[in-house]
Amino acid sequence: MLELPADLHGAMVAHALDGLPDEACGLLAARPGERHPDDVRVERFYPCRNAAASSRVYTVDPRDHLRADKDAEASGMEIVGVVHSHTHTDAWPSPTDVAQAPDPSWHYVIVSLRHPEAALRSFRIVDGNIAEEPVVLLEE
Amino acid sequence: MSVTVRLPTVMRAHAGGQSEVRAEGGTIGEVVEDLIRQFPNMATHLRAPDGGLHRFVNVYVNDEDIRYLDSLDTKVDDGDEISILPAVAGG
Repeated sequence: MLELPADLHGAMVAHALDGLPDEACGLLAARPGERHPDDVRVERFYPCRNAAASSRVYTVDPRDHLRADKDAEASGMEIVGVVHSHTHTDAWPSPTDVAQAPDPSWHYVIVSLRHPEAALRSFRIVDGNIAEEPVVLLEE
Repeated sequence: MSVTVRLPTVMRAHAGGQSEVRAEGGTIGEVVEDLIRQFPNMATHLRAPDGGLHRFVNVYVNDEDIRYLDSLDTKVDDGDEISILPAVAGG
């Protein structure tokens, strides 16, 4: 389960829209809790540059990743997932997303801009298997 | 040279759960070899079939990505902080 404060949800959708026509990406940080890593409460969203600068693929800029990793660590958190946008397809992991999923403990969030209203969904990807997980929006 | 190596979560299990380890070497290539000597299970994460660095990891000396330095030939100094992170990409 992914608990996501509403303001971070808004920031992820805004970052996805800002990135158009390219895919946008960013990293999520959380404090390791009792049910970590299966259930996390996202505390930070780090917008990153898409080093691939493409509407079809993304690569988190390696320097942005290091900066986010160090900042999260300095705050007692760790990077627990990645969010990226699909500009013209649904919010479901593509074969490339599955093949390149770097960490089975991570949460893979996809923001689809296919329809006028952005759709955000989250997945776990372990050994090539996709499992959708609930996203619980936390209102302030 | 003795350096600190920050490990990504996927590699920590191969180092008894440690998030940071010490390694020796004068270049990143030698540091990688020393890591694999100490923790043989890291080889699949670090080494490509051709012997180079696996393309799904990024390695940094202090804050610089070694791809913008001399890759595996990048020299390291005593006390440098090496970071290893997964390359994060998809479609």
